[in-house]
Amino acid sequence: MSEQYPALVVIGPLLCALLVSVAGWLRPRLCLPLAIVGLGIAAAASTGLLAQVLATGPVSYRLGGWAPPWGIVYYVDNLSAVVAALVSWVALFNLAASYRTAMTDYPEKIGPFYTLYVLAVTGMLGMVVTGDAFNLYVLLEITSLTGYALIGLAGGRAPLASLNYLFLGTIGASFYLLGVGYLYIVTGSLNMADLAKLLTPLYGSLALLAAFAITLVGLWMKMAFFPLHAWLPNAYGFAPAPAASLLAPLMTKVMVYVMIRVMISVFTVEFILQEVALSQFVVWLAVAAMVAGALMALGQRDLKRMLAYIVVAEVGYMVGGAWLGNKMAMTGAILHIINDAVMTFCVFLAAGCIYQKTRGTAFEDLQGLFKKMPWTMTALAAGALAMIGVPPFCGFFSKWYLIRGGLEAGHWGFVGALLFSSLVNVVLFFRIFEIAFFEPMSHGHGGHGGHGEQAKAIALTEAPLSMLLPLLAAALGLVALGLATGPLVEKIILPIIPAGLG
Amino acid sequence: MHSITPLLAVLVSLAAVPFIILCRKRPNARESVTFIAAGIKLLLVASLLPLVMAGKEVGITLATVLPGAPLALKVDAFGLLFALVSSSLWIVTSAYSIGYMRGLDEHSQTRYFCFFAVALSATIGVAFSANLFTMYLFYEMLSLATYPLVTHHQDPEARSSGRKYLFYIMGTSIALALPAMIIAYQQAGTLAFSPAGFLAGKVSPVMAGVLLFMFIFGFAKAGIMPVHSWLPAAMVAPTPVSALLHAVAVVKVGAFSILRIITGVFGVDLLKGLDLGMAVAWVAAFTIIVASLIALSQDGLKRRLAFSTIGQLSYIVLGLALLSPKGMTGGTLHIAMHAFGKITLFMCAGAIFVATGKKNISDMTGIGKRMPWTMAAFLVGSLSVIGLPPTGGFISKWYLALGCLQAGSVALLVVLLVSSLLNAAYFLPIVYRAYFKPPVEAAWAEGRNEGPAAAWVPPLVTAACSLVLFFYPQPFLRLAQMAVASLFGG
Repeated sequence: MSEQYPALVVIGPLLCALLVSVAGWLRPRLCLPLAIVGLGIAAAASTGLLAQVLATGPVSYRLGGWAPPWGIVYYVDNLSAVVAALVSWVALFNLAASYRTAMTDYPEKIGPFYTLYVLAVTGMLGMVVTGDAFNLYVLLEITSLTGYALIGLAGGRAPLASLNYLFLGTIGASFYLLGVGYLYIVTGSLNMADLAKLLTPLYGSLALLAAFAITLVGLWMKMAFFPLHAWLPNAYGFAPAPAASLLAPLMTKVMVYVMIRVMISVFTVEFILQEVALSQFVVWLAVAAMVAGALMALGQRDLKRMLAYIVVAEVGYMVGGAWLGNKMAMTGAILHIINDAVMTFCVFLAAGCIYQKTRGTAFEDLQGLFKKMPWTMTALAAGALAMIGVPPFCGFFSKWYLIRGGLEAGHWGFVGALLFSSLVNVVLFFRIFEIAFFEPMSHGHGGHGGHGEQAKAIALTEAPLSMLLPLLAAALGLVALGLATGPLVEKIILPIIPAGLG
Repeated sequence: MHSITPLLAVLVSLAAVPFIILCRKRPNARESVTFIAAGIKLLLVASLLPLVMAGKEVGITLATVLPGAPLALKVDAFGLLFALVSSSLWIVTSAYSIGYMRGLDEHSQTRYFCFFAVALSATIGVAFSANLFTMYLFYEMLSLATYPLVTHHQDPEARSSGRKYLFYIMGTSIALALPAMIIAYQQAGTLAFSPAGFLAGKVSPVMAGVLLFMFIFGFAKAGIMPVHSWLPAAMVAPTPVSALLHAVAVVKVGAFSILRIITGVFGVDLLKGLDLGMAVAWVAAFTIIVASLIALSQDGLKRRLAFSTIGQLSYIVLGLALLSPKGMTGGTLHIAMHAFGKITLFMCAGAIFVATGKKNISDMTGIGKRMPWTMAAFLVGSLSVIGLPPTGGFISKWYLALGCLQAGSVALLVVLLVSSLLNAAYFLPIVYRAYFKPPVEAAWAEGRNEGPAAAWVPPLVTAACSLVLFFYPQPFLRLAQMAVASLFGG
């Protein structure tokens, strides 16, 4: 059984997606349980896979028994195993939390929603475990198309935002495909490990540089790396809660994973540091992403949109870390993939809980929330502290490694931008907390916060338990991840960092 | 020596929080939880005293989060002194909180007691931190736990004060202390406090100077000018918060952090070699004089106390920066002595507010007729902060003065003396007006009425402590001397 884990991670949810879509026609009530089974299989298999990889080293799985480079190979090392586990667990928790929101946000479309949801996760998991550059493109399209639909299925301005996302996302994916095409032309192979070997003699060739540049731009587009981020704020801001808290934490992070995978497993760091020599430029772009993301977030008057711009800034952290060109920074970038996924999940889910109760996430809707939804706000505060970077919440530790990397590279701009973005996060989140703490609800008393009896006037209407429990689990996960930083870095991340990084 | 006691001492008040919330409907049960937690905390801290007195170091490592900088606790004489002061005063303040909060019928008392408990956990955490990372963690935890206490009234004034509080406290710690810590780690590969300083021999002179000042201004809770103005703003909080947190826990956490920076991170020899001690001492001296001058002009009693606190915190920093054994003993001891004196003063200010609703000194003329005991406590507290016998404050100032001479700086001694005169000038007139001028309000002449006992007895207790500490300054003096001796190799 355990040798089939890599296949199960993808096949399990894929088959369940079919069942879910059938159930959508016949027995809509079965959709959620079936989807949970599908993602449960993926979560169990990816966790088993992680244990296996940590115990015995990377796993190479030939799909259908076909030998590489012709057949498709799933290649799972520490990095892919941990990201796969992360994706499947976050998706599973979010699925559990979607029990109520799916009914309100996708009325009459329960079947399609759960089918698309499971397919999107299948695509992400596939992208993480695959060792084949073209297979990755296929899975990328599966995730993207289902993602467009998940966002667009809801009413309001979501379809337009989704269309915009579709245009830009398709351009991004096409760029990636074009890059892979170039690689295929010069090497005749699509297998990543094979490509890495075949590319070595070609270093310095213009075709290779072009292939790299085009692939990279495509991936940047998909991860909303500034200035290619334009689709993201609307797409995530207008997306219905269950889709937003699935895609915002995972999609950008999986794309950063793919970028790092392509950088270290296909092109190798030697090529990137010596032949491309764009590191300085890319890190400055990352600096721009952090600063611009932070500033644009400051301009928002809606919680979800504000969070969406923070995602733009966070992508800057990870891209910058990956390109600083040393071990510490790369460690920070990879650690931040994990940490940022959980903290983004936490804050978007909290926003979803708030929306479920208030039917809006504009700043005016947040008044009096500390009284009204104390648990949700506690979880939001935990997410905020992680994003600000307060120990022992996990965000602190990835920042720690990123700043160390920045210092080691002597890149003061990067260090400064990271600190700046942390400080802006303080402002952003405490602005929210001020509204939720100081401002009474519009139907409450004006002026002074109230003495005793007003506390009773505001009824406690906390989010439903099915949302609250996953949310609190995520909030606790932020602390747990933070305290586990030592083993996480030591056992999982450091072994896969290529020796070529200083 | 491995022991779980320090961890328990940190966690006991945190563990009280769920119980406080559970008992929210029954205030008496709720406050019992606070008292039980405070009592256990003091016992746990006190149980470490014999071990530390015997020269042992007790510690525990919780999690190896970063190589060379685990989440770890270690109890030494410095930390124990601070922990003893904070945990013993928490009990007194809890009694006082009940008198004050119930006397004024404040809202959200459950929230108030919860965050108070969290703040105390963080304070003891700072005291017992074994390395800079752990200290930073608890430092930030304290900043965040204090925010809802400072903004307790939830009105526009609390909101803007809360903003100022965050801006100074979190802004400096993220923008200055955090990068300084990472640079220090980059240089030394460790963050564990050591008597010789873990940066000794690892940094260039310029970098040492830059890092030192990044730390000193990064830990803005110490209130060194120009990062002091959050403290007067924080006076918007209920008075027990000002008393325990803004005279003892929070501000002393700032001073204590600087103590660790000087003694555990840089070390006496490194600072002496680069003459950085004197630089810090003069920054502190500037703060002492300017804060005292500003205090003179404040009419709001709590604001005057706040500026006095800013000045007194710099005494601690100055004593440590002298880098002479006597001076460092005085600075360390001042953590304890000033705590007992200043908390008395704040509690008196609160008692006056509960009994009469007065906040301004000019409205308190003749209040001695109405509240003789409260004002007597105020007098003792004033004497202690000024540094006059027979109060504990005299002892720490005595050591500070000796320390100046030992360090060969008569100029700094003059600063201390001038500041003492200024202290007297801003405190004694209050007492004089209270006792010897006719009351502004006719009702006050009718006789003694000091409000709820829980509001005016606690300051009497702490005032008595101040007096006792003059005659018997143990265990604080012994701990300070031991701690300083460990820095000078014996």
